[in-house]
Amino acid sequence: MSNTSLTNSSLFQLSQMLANKAISSVELTQAFLNRIDALNPSINAYIALDKDKTLAQAKAADARIAAGSAEPLTGIPVAQKDIFCAKDWQTTCGSKMLANFIAPYDAHVITLFNAAGAVNLGKTNMDEFAMGSSNETSYFGGVKNPWDFDRVPGGSSGGSAAAVAARLCAAATGTDTGGSIRQPASLCGFTGLKPTYGVVSRYGMIAFASSLDQAGPMAKSAEDCALMMNVMAGFDERDSTSLNRAKEDYTRELAKPLHGLKIGLPKEYFAEGLDASVATVIEAAIAEYKKLGAEIVEISLPNTGLSIPVYYVLAPAEASSNLSRYDGVRYGHRAAEYTDLMDMYNKSRAEGFGAEVKRRILIGTYVLSAGYYDAYYLKAQQIRRLIAQDFVEAFKQCDVIMGPAAPSTAFKAGEKVDDPVAMYLQDIYTISTNLAGLPGMSVPAGFSNGLPVGLQIIGNYFDEARMLNVAHQYQQVTDWHTQMPDLTMPKDIA
Amino acid sequence: MEWEVVIGLETHTQLQTNTKIFSGASVKYGAEPNTQACEVSIALPGVLPVLNKEAVNCAIKFGLAINAEIAPRSVFARKNYFYPDLPKGYQISQFELPVVGKGAVTIQVPAVGKNAAYEKVVNITRAHLEEDAGKSVHGAVEGMSGIDLNRAGTPLLEIVTEPDMRSAAEAVAYAKKLHELVQWIGICDGNMQEGSFRCDVNVSVRKKGSDKLGTRREIKNLNSFKFMTQAIEYETRWQIETLEDGGTIHQATVLFNPDTGETRAMRSKEEANDYRYFPDPDLLPLEITEADKARIHAQMPELPEAMKARFEAQFGLTGYDAASLTASRELANYFVATVDKGAEAKPAANWVMGAISAKLNAEEKPLEDSPVSAEQLASLLKRIADNTISNNAAKQVFEAMWNGEGEVDAIIEAKGLKQVSDTGAIEAIIDEVLVANAAMVEEFKAGKEKAFNALVGQAMKASKGKANPAQVNELLKKKLTA
Repeated sequence: MSNTSLTNSSLFQLSQMLANKAISSVELTQAFLNRIDALNPSINAYIALDKDKTLAQAKAADARIAAGSAEPLTGIPVAQKDIFCAKDWQTTCGSKMLANFIAPYDAHVITLFNAAGAVNLGKTNMDEFAMGSSNETSYFGGVKNPWDFDRVPGGSSGGSAAAVAARLCAAATGTDTGGSIRQPASLCGFTGLKPTYGVVSRYGMIAFASSLDQAGPMAKSAEDCALMMNVMAGFDERDSTSLNRAKEDYTRELAKPLHGLKIGLPKEYFAEGLDASVATVIEAAIAEYKKLGAEIVEISLPNTGLSIPVYYVLAPAEASSNLSRYDGVRYGHRAAEYTDLMDMYNKSRAEGFGAEVKRRILIGTYVLSAGYYDAYYLKAQQIRRLIAQDFVEAFKQCDVIMGPAAPSTAFKAGEKVDDPVAMYLQDIYTISTNLAGLPGMSVPAGFSNGLPVGLQIIGNYFDEARMLNVAHQYQQVTDWHTQMPDLTMPKDIA
Repeated sequence: MEWEVVIGLETHTQLQTNTKIFSGASVKYGAEPNTQACEVSIALPGVLPVLNKEAVNCAIKFGLAINAEIAPRSVFARKNYFYPDLPKGYQISQFELPVVGKGAVTIQVPAVGKNAAYEKVVNITRAHLEEDAGKSVHGAVEGMSGIDLNRAGTPLLEIVTEPDMRSAAEAVAYAKKLHELVQWIGICDGNMQEGSFRCDVNVSVRKKGSDKLGTRREIKNLNSFKFMTQAIEYETRWQIETLEDGGTIHQATVLFNPDTGETRAMRSKEEANDYRYFPDPDLLPLEITEADKARIHAQMPELPEAMKARFEAQFGLTGYDAASLTASRELANYFVATVDKGAEAKPAANWVMGAISAKLNAEEKPLEDSPVSAEQLASLLKRIADNTISNNAAKQVFEAMWNGEGEVDAIIEAKGLKQVSDTGAIEAIIDEVLVANAAMVEEFKAGKEKAFNALVGQAMKASKGKANPAQVNELLKKKLTA
């Protein structure tokens, strides 16, 4: 088997090969590290790599496999978004503020992957503090979209997205506050799932907007996402918003036929603002679902248009407070010279944060200020409940909701950096699920001008297994998810 | 012109839990700096708070103790401001929906000068849970300020009163009552020196008869009742003088300087922060059910008010005595233990409030360090009751016991203090006294009542204090009137 097909294999296949001793984890890991060596310098998907640590984990995984105590992900190299604290790893959150921060503890998600025997390949690039939809706000530079190096991979989980698309990892983790898993999954052409809020522990995941942040898998297929979810999901008493539910097997419904599935199509998701070529791809995907026996119901999510303004009040409000801890006192960036305490705060934060982060801190501080709180923050909370109510009504008529994950395909680097509102509109179809706490995913559904288009599937609370089933059945009859960008590799690696 | 002072208190009581309010770090006082600062205390990126149920139980106990509304649903909010000892850049507190709502505390204001003692009800506005900040340490490192985060995250219950107090005496009586109450129900160790019980006092003045509140100034962090009295009295005088001189009072936070006895403004309202409170998205609303309250209620000790009423009814103590004995739970327990060990209630009350308290005060000892246990005191009182020793002799025995000279009976034996109650022996002594003091006998017979007491004295002296005084009285009377 060539190394390309190795790095292109599904998690299930890799797991089988490892179990059969067809390959070792060290060999598999080395194959990915070689690919990273060749491609990462141009793609910039990873912020931190540590081959010694990575290979040590692979070696330990091989021992575990030999001892017969392997789990499905034991020995499989997974990329971790740099938003997760991983003990002894540089953990930057894409910011100069934390460029020098070595995490002294593991996030719950990292603990779970370590316990499962997965191998940490490295920490992936991201928009600074997860604020962005193009990965261009990262202090560590932009990330190339593997389908077209002139274009962005989306964001904020742009590094993980490019790593999955370019097969620089077997699978990756991402986080999604307003679309940061689904929009890059759409722009880079792979499967990404944002679970129901509270399903994956936020402990050790650097906070952007606490009431919206949720981690999830980014992988080549729905089946891979299900295997990732089996590791990532679960109650954690260290996160008060973690939901105490029985552990579930997310693969259990994959094979279920879709006959009788009711798919809701929100008319607001197919209105002005949606790129026509994207709409065509989504419509074709819906037609495919009809062939699989699904029924189509037109629904309405009337408050969709309010989701962006609501989000850009609530998320910055929480962020302005969450980011207060970066004050240069205990860790992180501290200005080299300062005259007094206030000067140290001002200079450290002015130097440590980038423009988008500062913009959101300012917005957030403003909307929480005396005299503005009721008009902005409180009003936004009220509308947030209305948006959630829209979905409650919608799910009375359908089992899942479908639509585009992003309004367009990948755009060119630099195209929207000076127009924050245009950038914010990238998340128009994804943000309301975060506001409602619902699960959402993006599934490759085709191409427009050679660029991937993602179909979004929104489920009811805790319906992840059902959504994965809906995606998996589609992936049984289509091959969009198996397509990968043509990346020129040096001969000895390819 | 007559002025009236209006006072309200905000008290930070450190709750007696093993761990911090939002993490598992220890809250033990006095550890080496930053040895009790876990990743949550340091506010590392990614950490999250988890509410300590024990702190909630403390809040419920307090609510029940002051008959307050306990919120079925209360909310933790973030109070945002930058300070080096505040690691997250915000303090988790409660703002709009506190755990404890309106309640009341009855205080005893002691007599001052011509003014008699009186009772007063102080209304509690609210009490809310919050976390303490760390400490800035100056001078530990040359040219730098250090930060000790051991205290960061220590659970506090902030108890806020209505502006109901009208003198320093009332404010201090309230503070003392609260101080005792939180210890009584076991939610706070009350250690003011270590900062476990800190009072901020809001003081304003207005013309008597006005129902409009004056501008208040807040005196921060008073760590003794003595300082509280001094600070309020100084602040009141200062405000009245300022107004009488035509000045105005500006809302401000002031600090009391114990060395000068003065208060001085620390920061004015203009410089105050906009704290940008909002509900903490990392914590769910705190829900307290009737069942929770019932469970906590069942663990509560008898409260001082109830115990006072019981002492009056069960032991026939006066209201004053019952109040004194229930001024602290330790004192009340000591009294009850003395009675349980067989002492009569009234003498037990007198000895506990008298000899024991006097000794402890003189030696500045807490009751738990009393060398005389409740059981020992009870044996002593039993020996008075069964006429083995006189009250006077009992004082000597008590003194000896206090000094560790042994148990009651052994001391009585060793010192030969046993009371003579043998009628024949006492009669013999009296006969001798009557012969030796014929002049006094004549005086008595001539109608001088005082001579009788002198003769009793002589008889007691002749018995070396051991004769039962009641018997001496009786027999002497019999012989003189025979």
